[in-house]
Amino acid sequence: MHEHCGSSAATISVAGKGPTAAQDLLKGIWKENPVLVQLLGGCSTLAVTNSVVNGLAMGLATLFVLVFSSLFVSSLRKVVPNEVRISTYVLIIATFTTLADMGLEALVPETHKALGAFIALIVANCIVLGRQEAFSAKNNVWRSVLDALGMGLGFTLTLTMMGAIRELLGAGSFFGYNVFGPRFEPWVIMVLPPGGFFTLGAILLWLGWWRSMRDRREREKAAAPTIQFHAYEAPAGPAKVA
Amino acid sequence: MGNLLWIFVASMLVNNFTLVLFLGLCSFLGVTHNIGTALRLGLANLFVLVVTAASVTVLNKYILGATPFLRIIAFIVVIASLVQIVEMAVKKLSPSLFRTLGIYLPLITTNCAILALAIFQTNRQYNFIEAQVFALGAGAGLILALTLMASIREKLQFATVPNIAKGAAIIFIVAGGLSLAFMGFAGLLSGG
Repeated sequence: MHEHCGSSAATISVAGKGPTAAQDLLKGIWKENPVLVQLLGGCSTLAVTNSVVNGLAMGLATLFVLVFSSLFVSSLRKVVPNEVRISTYVLIIATFTTLADMGLEALVPETHKALGAFIALIVANCIVLGRQEAFSAKNNVWRSVLDALGMGLGFTLTLTMMGAIRELLGAGSFFGYNVFGPRFEPWVIMVLPPGGFFTLGAILLWLGWWRSMRDRREREKAAAPTIQFHAYEAPAGPAKVA
Repeated sequence: MGNLLWIFVASMLVNNFTLVLFLGLCSFLGVTHNIGTALRLGLANLFVLVVTAASVTVLNKYILGATPFLRIIAFIVVIASLVQIVEMAVKKLSPSLFRTLGIYLPLITTNCAILALAIFQTNRQYNFIEAQVFALGAGAGLILALTLMASIREKLQFATVPNIAKGAAIIFIVAGGLSLAFMGFAGLLSGG
């Protein structure tokens, strides 16, 4: 809620050393997942996930735009003057969004039609602009591409998961194949707009529960009088209070 | 006339930008802490929508007819400059509002509702008057959604919410309820 474009969470860094390539890639999938943790890009997340195919296609299109924009923004980061950087990013993003739009229209016309205006709206997706400002503008090409790839994958996975939940409950099918048989009464509300809000709400509830469980486990562990031999291997997390 | 009225009602209620089409969720979730701020952001949005609709009509008529592949780029540049103008005006006229809206004012640029309006208007080939009515309806719908959400959230502060649902989860579930209510307007479509 309090995260928005421009000010996303700081990157992980191990004391002394910079983050490794794997950390750059993996943080987008779980620890800093753009949708579930940073709460960005809600529009396309909710609007297109009424089936698995749509969610997957939207995720991959965004991944494409994100990776190529990051590639260009980080290559040009020393050339672009600070005052016009946002406009430059927007132009780069808009170019690749146009490419994605035309590409999808040529390759998978039916999915393109189902996604409608939302492909063009990738240009207004906070995740894409947010990563350019928060990461690509400050880091080298290799790290920026890894970061974009991770964020894009995290976004794609979340969208596909939401699409799967909504399609299974709302239409009783998965990738268009009927799963539950003819006696299943589809829960139509799940593929309609309210279902999108409810599904994301439910996922966030589960995430909140999972976090509270983890915190409790950590508190109990910290309270127990055990000698820690591996203290220095732990990555920089919140300082443990005894 | 009936057609214009229908465009207005459809864009305000039946296809409400925020609650049915999921456009402009960032500000919907971020600036709905109190009714006053929500209302003013809604008005700023309405203004940008109406001016965008006018500029897009001109762009479509004179420039983009020959170069449809420049559409997204042209729209986003026009919207970004408009938002810049609004930002400067608000900063000058009402510094207190400028501070309350904070980051969400420049973020109107990346508010998908504005870009979506430009794209819908192009796809449906609205003329100037139709586009203006469409923008007014969409803006009214945004104001409605923002104020409804803000009034619910003001009440929500006094409710006991379970710890795990605090923050985003409860907001999304409340928004789902609002969206469910707006689904009722879909009946207007078949009746008309």
